[in-house]
Parts: sequence; structure tokens; C-alpha cells
Amino acid sequence: MSIDTLPAATAVFDAETDAPAEPDDRSGGREPLTKRGRVRLVFAHIAVYVAAAIFVSPIVYAFFSALKPNSEMFSMPPTLIGSEVRWSNFVDVFAYGPFLTYIGNSFFVSITGTLVVLAVSTTAGYAFGRLRWKGRDAVFVIFLATLMVPQEVLVIPMFQVMQWFGWVDTYQSLILPFAFTAFGTFLMRQFFRGIPFELEEAARVDGAGPIRSFLQIILPLAKSAVAVLSVFTFLSFWNSYLWPLIVTVDYAAHGTLPVGLASFSGLQGTRWDLQMAAAIISMVPTTVLVIVLQKHLVKGIAMAGLGGR
Amino acid sequence: MSNTKQIPRRGTLARAESRQALGFVSPALAGLALFTVVPVVLSIVMGFFNWPTFGEKTFVGLDNYVKLFTQSPDFWPALRNTFVFALLYVPISVGLSLLLAISLSARIRGRGMLRVLFFIPVVTPMVANVLVWKMMLQPQGLFNGLSQTWFGVELPNFLADPQWAMIMVVMMSVWQGLGYNMLIFSAALEQLPESVVEAARIDGARGFRMLWSVTLPMISPSLFFASIMTMITALQVFVQPQLLTGGGPGNATQPLVQFIYNQGFKFQELGLAAAAAWILFAIIIVLTALQFRAQKKWVHYEH
Repeated sequence: MSIDTLPAATAVFDAETDAPAEPDDRSGGREPLTKRGRVRLVFAHIAVYVAAAIFVSPIVYAFFSALKPNSEMFSMPPTLIGSEVRWSNFVDVFAYGPFLTYIGNSFFVSITGTLVVLAVSTTAGYAFGRLRWKGRDAVFVIFLATLMVPQEVLVIPMFQVMQWFGWVDTYQSLILPFAFTAFGTFLMRQFFRGIPFELEEAARVDGAGPIRSFLQIILPLAKSAVAVLSVFTFLSFWNSYLWPLIVTVDYAAHGTLPVGLASFSGLQGTRWDLQMAAAIISMVPTTVLVIVLQKHLVKGIAMAGLGGR
Repeated sequence: MSNTKQIPRRGTLARAESRQALGFVSPALAGLALFTVVPVVLSIVMGFFNWPTFGEKTFVGLDNYVKLFTQSPDFWPALRNTFVFALLYVPISVGLSLLLAISLSARIRGRGMLRVLFFIPVVTPMVANVLVWKMMLQPQGLFNGLSQTWFGVELPNFLADPQWAMIMVVMMSVWQGLGYNMLIFSAALEQLPESVVEAARIDGARGFRMLWSVTLPMISPSLFFASIMTMITALQVFVQPQLLTGGGPGNATQPLVQFIYNQGFKFQELGLAAAAAWILFAIIIVLTALQFRAQKKWVHYEH
């Protein structure tokens, strides 16, 4: 796996192909270093690595705290490693609250939500990007306009709508309201328009209808855009807090990870050791996702400059 | 861009395509209507009503808006807190991530790994990040513990002191959001045209001069974009104060979104909450428009 992420960004606007990124040139194409330059570079490395160490220290400290007995969390002077290393905290956390349910709910909501978003965005993106129909451009403008409305404005009436449907405290209320945002449709439309029309014409002449050419020609070409959209959608469902907090009543049944995690701190006699174990566990899936899909993430940011949130 | 030929077509084929297009687009249209358009309209309506979660709804005209500005004890402080947060957060966050992106230049070994590292808090559930910071900021926590052991200095109780609480909310938010803008700036820096940089170097531009007169103007579209997005997210801040300080002490760190949340879902005053949400939206629109106006002065586009 390549660690270097950013050369991929240069391939971003080459929408038609998944062309491999330019090989990374360590020197960055600059002139050879002088002696003074080399000394400077050493100092630059030290500065950057010290900054990085300070930056990750909260997570590292949280990880080691998750391995301490609770009674030693705030010992003076502070220690990194307690009198014993309690891996059992990572097991006990599952008995502390319905933690496994939270994780299960988060995976279910995020994966289902992502699938809905993909289905809706690719089909609508195809209609807006490659089919001709009356009123297309006017409807598209309305789509884009909805991107301006912030979540804070939406959650209050949305809660009311959920009450009318009788959907408060259900999975569909966690998944559907934010599965139809215009962002995905916009992203897919932009991508689809970059695919040469001749590719589809040939199939059309041979008698393939839009459904066939969508499924067999356009969609397979859009793998990288679909990947980008999936990652961002998954992350935004996984990390979403405000809406689940509002629409979930019975946390033990429908609570997602952020809501469950937040409710931990309210439980009897704050167990910091278990809270830290829970926090570390909840960081694992997204961190793995970022490491595995870093190229697509960088692409997505460069492509749209937009993220989940 | 595309090569759609806009030849007017008639006949069964075109009609069939229109019908199929409708099939493709209708799930998105239905969803957007139900979950965005209806709520937006409903929200406007709710703002003019006394709208409890359960029970009788009564039309009150502009009363909710008047009430917010004249009677609601927490509204003005929430407005102030939101602005204070944004004023502190946006420059620090944009500045630090720019510095970081520049520092992680092509000559730094392992910069790919470092970028991933700085990006981890961005994608981690914010609740988890807040919990970690909350533990460190406890009176017996890591910060105070280290300070007492190393320097014998007792630090203030960060989360219980009105001024410090806001500073800590900002600090935690900067930490958590740094990696996002850093990646945007990194991508922009990576795409600087080599020819321009080379020409400037031949003309003798080095170090700070190069940065100020060549690099920054060339990535100014990214800077502009990042500042706007960062400002919008700053005005919508909610999770960090809600979980780190509970909006307190008192209402010292309660931002507008938390005020809206409390009105709507704690006090069941959905009408008042809807009105406050529209005020927030108006503020965001106005500030964004102002930034777009100001961009002509400092943002350089190539085309």
C-alpha cells in the first residue's frame, strides 16, 4: 500500500479514467540541496515530527488510559501506564452499556444509508447528466438550491414530520431524512457528464435503452466517483450526532455509536477507563477506512472540496 | 465540458427517453421533496406559530422573533458565543492548517503518513474526541497534573471558568478540524504549476518572499474556499460545547445551535426554535455573501 496520498490529487480532474497517479518524486522536482539547505531540512523534519507527536498525544494518552484501572486515571503525578495493564477494559465496556448494540446500529444505519444514497444519486445523476427531458435544468437548479439549507434549520421541522409519520425512534428515521441530499446527485452528475457520449451512442444504436446503458456502460465507468461518494456518505452517517440525538428515544434499542458514547458519560460514577476504551474502539473503523481509502478521500476532497459532516 | 448535442428531437423515441428519465429521477425528487422542501416550508410556517411538541398550535405572527431578541435570556449570549467562537476558531484553524500544509512539503519524508495522522481526528466521531479532551481537562487531569508535577503551577479549572471554557472549546475544535483544511491546502500546493514557481525562482524569489508573493496568491482560491467552509461550520458549532462544557458554566459557551436544540427539544418550543434557526441561516447567508464580495480584493483566479 502506498502511503503517499497526494500525487493522486493530480489525477482527480481526469474524470474519464482511473489513471494511476504520477510516481512520487521525493525531491519535488527542486534543485539539489546545498549544505545549508540540508541542515535546514533536518530542522524542518524535527519541527514537523514534534508537531505531529504533540498532535497525536491526546489519542495516545487516551489509549493508555483505557488500559489503566479506573482508580489510577487521575493519579498524581500523571502516569502513562498504570500499575497493571488491563486489556479487560476493552471487554468490560461491552457490559457497561449496550455498546455492542450501538456499534451494530451504527454499522446498519451507515451501510444502509450509504446504499440508499448511492442508488438515489447515481440514478438521478444519470437523468440530470445524460438524458434529455423537459424541465431538466430548472429542476436541477432547485436541487442545487437545497444544498444551501443547513441541517440546523431542517432538524426541527424534520422532527415534526417524523412525528406525523410515527417514525420517531425507528431505523427509517435515522436513515431516510438525510439520504436524499442533493450533494450526491450533484457529484454523480458532474462525473457522468465527463464520460464521452460516443461510448453510449454505440450501445444506443444497437438498441440498448437507458436502463441498460446506465447499468452496463456508465456505472462501471464511475467506480472511483462511487467510491468517493460512499466513503463520505458512510463517514457522515457514522459520525452524525445531532439528528440521532433528537430522533432516538430508546438508546438501548436504536442508539448509534455517537449518541451511545455521549450517554456513557452520564452513567453512574463516571468510569473514565471504560469511556476511554469505548472512545478508542469507536475510532477504529473510521481510522481503518481512512488508511485503506486515503487515495479516494484525498480525491474526494480535491474533487468537490466537500466532506461529510 | 460535455458534448451533448442540443438537437430538438420529436417523436416516440424522445418521449420514451423523457419517460425513462422521469423513472430515473423520481426517487431523488420524491425524497428531496419530502425530506427537504416540505421541512423548509414547514419550518417557515412553524416560526410564526406557538408550536409545542404536543398540543394546540396557535398563530403568533412575528412574536417568536420578537421574543428571541427581547425576552429570551439565553439568545443574546448564544449569539455572542457563536461569534466569539467563529472569530477565534476560523483564523487559528485556517492559519495552522496552512502552516502545516506548507511544512509538509515535498521534501519531508513520510509526509503521506503524517497527513493521514493529522486527518484521523477529522473522521473520528466527534463525541469520542470530546471525551478524550474532557478527561485531559479535568482538574486532576493530564494538563493540570503535568503542570503541577513539572512546574509546581496549579492551572485554572478549565471547564468551570467562563473564559477558559470557551478557549478550551476552541482549542479542542482546532485540533479536531485541522486535518481537513490541511488536505485542501496540500492538494492546492501540489498542483502549483512548476513553470510559474521556476520563473519566480529565476527572478530571485526565495523563502518568505516566495511564499507571500507567489505561493499564497496562487492558492488563494483554496484559501477562500476553506475560509468560507470553516466559517460556516464554525457558526454551526454544537457537539464540542454541548459535550465538553454543556454550554456552561452558566451559558458562557452555549452557541446558537445548542440554544436551538434546547428550545426545541428540552423546552418543547419548536416554533421558537424554528425562528432561531432561520436567524442563524440569515447570519450565515449574509456573512458568506460579504466574503464573496471581499474575495475580489484578494482571490486570484487564472481564467
